[in-house]
Amino acid sequence: MSKDKLRLGFNGRFEEKEVEIASGDPAPWDPSQKFSILGARTPRLDARAKATGTARYSIDVRLPGMLYARILRSPHAAAVVRSLDLTAARKMPGVQAVLPIAKSGDALRFAGQEVAAVAADTPERALDALGAIRVEYEMRPFVVEIEKAKAEGAPLVFEGKVETKTSAGDAPGAKKALPRKGNVQGPRASDKGNVEHGFAKADAVVEGTYSTAVQTHSALETHGVVARWEGDELTVWASTQGIFSVRDELSSALNVPLAKVTVLTEFMGGGFGAKFGAGVEGVTAAKLAKEAGAPVKLFLDRKEEHLAVGNRPSSIQWVKAGATKDGKLTALQLIVHGSGGTNGGTGTSGPLKNVYACDNVKTEEFDVFMNSGPSAAFRAPGHPQGAFALEATMDELAGRIGMDPLEFRMKNDPSEVRREEFRIGAEKIGWASRDARRHVPQSPEIRRGVGMGAAIWYNTGGTGPKATVTIHRDGSAEVVHGVQDLGTGARTMVGIIAAEELGLPLEKIAVRIGDTRMPYGPGSGGSTTTPSTAPTIRAAAWQAKNKVAAAAASTLGVAGDAVESSSGGFAVKGRPDRRLSWKEACARLPEEGVSATASRAENHPDAWKRFTAGAQFAEVEVDVETGLVRVKKVVAVHDCGLVVNALTAESQVHGGVIQGISYALYENRILDRATGRMVNPNVEQYKIAGSMDVPEIDVTFLPVWDGVNNTHSVGIGEPATVATAAAVANAVSHAIGARIRSLPITPESVLAALDAKPRTAANAAGSREGGRA
Amino acid sequence: MKTFTLLPVRSLAEGSRESAKPGSILKAGGVDLLDRMKEGLETPDRVISIAHVSGHDGIEIGPPARIGALATLARLDAHSELRRVYPALADAAGGAATPQIRNMATLGGNLAQRPRCWYFRQAEFDCSKKGGDQCFALNGENRFHAIFDTDVCCCIHPSATAVALFAYGARVNTVGPRGKRSIPIEEFFVAPREDPTRENQLALGEIIESVELPAPAPGSRSVYKKLKEKESFDWPLVEACVSVTMSGGSIQDARVVLGSVSPVPRRVRGAEKILAGSRPSPELIARAAEAAVAGATPLSQNAHKVRLARVMVERALREALA
Repeated sequence: MSKDKLRLGFNGRFEEKEVEIASGDPAPWDPSQKFSILGARTPRLDARAKATGTARYSIDVRLPGMLYARILRSPHAAAVVRSLDLTAARKMPGVQAVLPIAKSGDALRFAGQEVAAVAADTPERALDALGAIRVEYEMRPFVVEIEKAKAEGAPLVFEGKVETKTSAGDAPGAKKALPRKGNVQGPRASDKGNVEHGFAKADAVVEGTYSTAVQTHSALETHGVVARWEGDELTVWASTQGIFSVRDELSSALNVPLAKVTVLTEFMGGGFGAKFGAGVEGVTAAKLAKEAGAPVKLFLDRKEEHLAVGNRPSSIQWVKAGATKDGKLTALQLIVHGSGGTNGGTGTSGPLKNVYACDNVKTEEFDVFMNSGPSAAFRAPGHPQGAFALEATMDELAGRIGMDPLEFRMKNDPSEVRREEFRIGAEKIGWASRDARRHVPQSPEIRRGVGMGAAIWYNTGGTGPKATVTIHRDGSAEVVHGVQDLGTGARTMVGIIAAEELGLPLEKIAVRIGDTRMPYGPGSGGSTTTPSTAPTIRAAAWQAKNKVAAAAASTLGVAGDAVESSSGGFAVKGRPDRRLSWKEACARLPEEGVSATASRAENHPDAWKRFTAGAQFAEVEVDVETGLVRVKKVVAVHDCGLVVNALTAESQVHGGVIQGISYALYENRILDRATGRMVNPNVEQYKIAGSMDVPEIDVTFLPVWDGVNNTHSVGIGEPATVATAAAVANAVSHAIGARIRSLPITPESVLAALDAKPRTAANAAGSREGGRA
Repeated sequence: MKTFTLLPVRSLAEGSRESAKPGSILKAGGVDLLDRMKEGLETPDRVISIAHVSGHDGIEIGPPARIGALATLARLDAHSELRRVYPALADAAGGAATPQIRNMATLGGNLAQRPRCWYFRQAEFDCSKKGGDQCFALNGENRFHAIFDTDVCCCIHPSATAVALFAYGARVNTVGPRGKRSIPIEEFFVAPREDPTRENQLALGEIIESVELPAPAPGSRSVYKKLKEKESFDWPLVEACVSVTMSGGSIQDARVVLGSVSPVPRRVRGAEKILAGSRPSPELIARAAEAAVAGATPLSQNAHKVRLARVMVERALREALA
């Protein structure tokens, strides 16, 4: 351990901080550092393979003799299995293995729950065989509407103990035991100061109820695995965000030693929080493969994907907030009921508790169980829904005290990073002229609106990951690290960090990831991949480079600490003429080259710590005759520490913004109230923003030298989507001069908001809104 | 999907003979059929493909205009003469689905496709369109369903080109076991109260050969408008198509058609009567649009569609009469 004085901060404002540096870990870069590749726009290492179709995703894996499996699912919202007869299915053509998943007497709690599975020589024959499985269901009363599920006397989703589907990556707090009454579990509560005193001190108080629909993850590559046994060893190709957590779940579910399970994810077609565990489908595939004595592929179809493997819970959020007339928040209160179907973890309090400074904050969060598919962690769990309610409330409160919503936020935002982001974003979206732009002279039916929202995130990665860097005699380097690339660009990030630290061009680096036989890599959740992985790679590269330096010193005939890095090679300190180029130094290495395996050091608790901040602004056009909303532009200003790859970081923000627009305007899992079945389990009627629905997206990163880890890196995946729906909804409210209180914003909800608008307010500016009389 | 035999045929006559045999189904572009087969709504033993029958994908502007049933929507969209003479049809074809689908989907298939109702499209719901005894949408999730003729089955007809063909007074020419027929487009479709399990009167083995459009009257203008929630791949919430013929400052003749509001495209004569013989004015347009949605019987979740339909008629008329 050593103490190091670092210059930390952002935007040219740096303060000196003394930070404890672990041995084996390089000190975080200084703001004066000139980077060779870090922060540049670097195309993905696998861009060509992906664009030309040679990249082999887990869903593309085909093994000799491989069987195809399918899962039979309950068509009923609530039922008890009375009998399950697999005899006929076993005799169907091509069937090699049949497996019960539910057993007689089991309660099935949503339409789509797993009942049994079949493996056959073709996918079609597996599907046909499902039709031969005989199940007797005893139908039970069910409930699929949150208000009805809350009501006294509602059919109980769980008669006894709550049996939620747990998997690595569940929403925070999902597993904590909480009181339950009927279908309502909770509250998870927090209470700071005294909200009643806060409201009493307020000059203006607003309250409103905000609702959001269920969003399904809808990753392009569905959930699934290919499982192969060789003796007592299991190899699984998975579409996962955590190869190690899949390994762990398979090991414990199948009682196989961890050492004998290998999980591979070479390429992956997207994951937003629901792909950490092996899941029922992964365990089922492994069991079928064992029974059949052949590899088994089990990937879900789009319908199963919507029904059974996760979603962002719904929410009904009651928010009350007070402020003084000079714009100081005095109290914030939230009571939220959300439904994640048969799962909990539906809280939305993150933004309300953490974004704006307020002395009196009270939150109560309730999970409402219903007979629908279980929720799972979904890109910033609770936050898009929480930000929507909070930011609408901020706008409404600003209107009540007659203050510009931007100024009101600036007065209450304790984050100097976000205040700077607000300033940048406001300039880019043209905030100052937003009222003047509302009417479009040539199109009397169109109103323009501009809205904003704040993003926040918390994670800075952590210990656990390890990486090995080997430097070869020809000067090339190899990085081996068991992380997976969800499509975010993690593979390229690994290469860039090594290239930067070693001073090598990216072409001289081989990156090997996606295999549990490699040094441990982090699961990709909580936006922690880059801040966990990047410092690990840098430490390993730094250690390996030091070994080359030591070899160079011995060649130059000086002590190890007498050489320094010098224009890509090594030179005796103070004697730039006595040097070896990188190539010359490496050429003198032994045949095996030099290797170093480093572990991720602890975060520096004494660094310039903060919550990750973001600010987004949206400009929309609303047709007030039809209620149709088009998003014209989104300005996204974000902090992710130091950007590793500007191209893929920007791509992450694009993805977050597009997913946020989709959430704001389109996505809605619709359950048939009469049968409890989802009516739109496809991508035709479950609407997702397409290319034509994507507006201009203007992304700005604010570099922050936080010194928390040796690369100053912070994740961007989740903060990128927190504020988008909030900003879009506020923009629509601004455009039409009436508050939008539910997502998705549909033509009928816009028309209803316009119809409900008091006639007297029709001509007033959108930011002037009525609160309590 | 059940295993089937794909039988490509060389002529429509052969297609007609083969598709009349038990267990057979006809395929042109196959866009809609594939969806239905994957869901198990159709389980044919034999798929009779007319996709590569030659000589039926031409577009002749005439008069009368003749469009082969195998012409793709993309071709209709790209045909500059067609667009000049029948702009509403070109717009209807060019705005449907996605570029990929328009490259495969044929005019005949577009007319003969089956509704997208989410209850009909899922095997688990034994609805009246599948021969079952109830329409799940009537009291169920019906935000996108019909606002007219909602008594038996409240699906909406999915064909955009049909809406435009109504406005042009087109005829559907068919070949079948009993020879050729020429059916006025307004008689081509079958309402649910007649038979909820079908949408048109094509007989077993009968194939759409072409569509024929009369020459538009001199001085006529036509406009097709639709409203979609999404710009990328979305079905319309409502469609309106109007065709007006002017004579000396007055509207001599008008056709007003609504799409995506009823189980078959809906020509609204009440609105046409208001327009005929009158001088265009904003008030006249408003009255006609109001008349176009008169008598609507919206369901529990789609009252807004009545308003949207009125607005779309208004906009189409405003543009046609500008």
